[in-house]
Amino acid sequence: MLIHPEEILETINMVTNEHLDIRTVTMGINLRGCSHPDIKIFNENIYTRIQRCAENLVKTTEDIQNLYGIPIINKRISVTPIAIVAESCHADDYCSVAETLDRAAQEAGIDFIGGFSALVQKGMTPGDLKLINSIPQALATTKKVCSSINVATTKAGINMDAVAMMGHIIKRTAELTGDRAGIGCAKLVVFANAPDDNPFMAGAFHGIGEPDCVINVGVSGPGVVNSAVRALQNPNLGDISECIKKTAFKITRMGEMVGKEVARRLNAQFGVLDLSLAPTPAVGDSVAAILEAMGLESCGTHGTTAALALLNDAVKKGGAMASSSVGGLSGAFIPVSEDQDMIRAVQRGSLSLDKLEAMTCVCSVGLDMIAVPGDTSPATISAIIADEMAIGMINKKTTAVRIIPAPGTKVGDMIEFGGLLGTAPVMPVHNFSSEVFIGRGGKIPAPIQALTN
Amino acid sequence: MSSSRFVITVIGLDRVGIVAGISRVMAEHSANIADIRQTIMNDLFTMIMLAEVKGENVDLSAFQEAMSAIGKELGVQVIVQHEDVFRFMHRI
Repeated sequence: MLIHPEEILETINMVTNEHLDIRTVTMGINLRGCSHPDIKIFNENIYTRIQRCAENLVKTTEDIQNLYGIPIINKRISVTPIAIVAESCHADDYCSVAETLDRAAQEAGIDFIGGFSALVQKGMTPGDLKLINSIPQALATTKKVCSSINVATTKAGINMDAVAMMGHIIKRTAELTGDRAGIGCAKLVVFANAPDDNPFMAGAFHGIGEPDCVINVGVSGPGVVNSAVRALQNPNLGDISECIKKTAFKITRMGEMVGKEVARRLNAQFGVLDLSLAPTPAVGDSVAAILEAMGLESCGTHGTTAALALLNDAVKKGGAMASSSVGGLSGAFIPVSEDQDMIRAVQRGSLSLDKLEAMTCVCSVGLDMIAVPGDTSPATISAIIADEMAIGMINKKTTAVRIIPAPGTKVGDMIEFGGLLGTAPVMPVHNFSSEVFIGRGGKIPAPIQALTN
Repeated sequence: MSSSRFVITVIGLDRVGIVAGISRVMAEHSANIADIRQTIMNDLFTMIMLAEVKGENVDLSAFQEAMSAIGKELGVQVIVQHEDVFRFMHRI
């Protein structure tokens, strides 16, 4: 037998005991051919187009799951940013487009559809403005639609008018879904340097420059890395890095094999493999647990940023060795509500919003799934976004904010979202005002890092 | 996919008739045993078989169902996976 029995058992153990899975197979669909001045015809066009591309998506991924015995948790679709393809429609808002996307997602049997999006880092077109104003209503009336707005890039700087606006949009979205703990905000991301090929929600969209139809795969496995690190006997940090790298390598290889086979069977192009340690509420499937396995008493204490930097870098190195199509976000996610040990760290007082912000400087995303008190002002939310965008812009990396000011909640409350979205502890924000700063508007110019030509 | 070869892993407490039961169901689905290994790991009986199935259109789900059914009967866990998953994960 060419394959060693121990290797076979290792793989099986990763799946059955350590929650290794393909987190998502996301089909990117170009909608640029659907534009039409009449929004009704436009909606029909996008519905038909999504149906045609995705009719076998769920069935095929399930076949592959059975073939290899590796669970594929989510099937998703990302589409061309709606602000671009709906621009020529004569309509006051795009809520009907979101409803159409929701219906198409339902019909295809997928979990989420992303791309109710706009890219406004340098300024807004009338279509962008209509889309942003439609977000609260669109996310309140749909179940599966995810929205993302890119407000900053390293090349363009930060559009602070858009940042100011998003503070109000997030508040309004929370209010309109107040009966469901503000869950609309869990489907809304504000980005700096948003990737065009990210398969993870809520930030996935089918970027400009992508092919007609593409399969992007997101692989996860914090549980596997956690177990591997904990199995080491008295390691130094170099040993830990080496161990994470090897584990990431194996996980990535598996993801690439699955992605290529799904793409082949669906006659779509294989896009990227995104190896991101995305925690789930399952015990041990936690990024905070990995950091604690490295020797920190509780995630968020001094040393956390260094430990996370080591983790994130080792994951990338293992992934880059294993596949030549690593893309998307690729790194470690730190969504508070989805990570049991992170929730515990917040509850015992070791993890704060400020520390999370520092952690986002060295990991792949940003302030993710964070609940703040219901009375947090729009300006404070905008200021939190601005800080995060600045980190992304200066460090030439993706950062994002997914924040939930759940109506009627106060610090210490727990908000239950259910499923993979988990449970969020309401975290305190600074009480000093950022109102005047945010109110100034305008742009933060592109940094010197932008001048690379 | 480069072949129709499947790795069948059987894990559970040792008892009389495991190999006989498993290989009977394999024969019923025209699955040839290309290799077989067995060992005791962590006090558990572990058997790994490499099965070859001829033809492109294997009814994999029927085979998997039959294998887990016989597993249940014998009180062991039976997992059927295409061999590529192990090849890809552990080999360059």
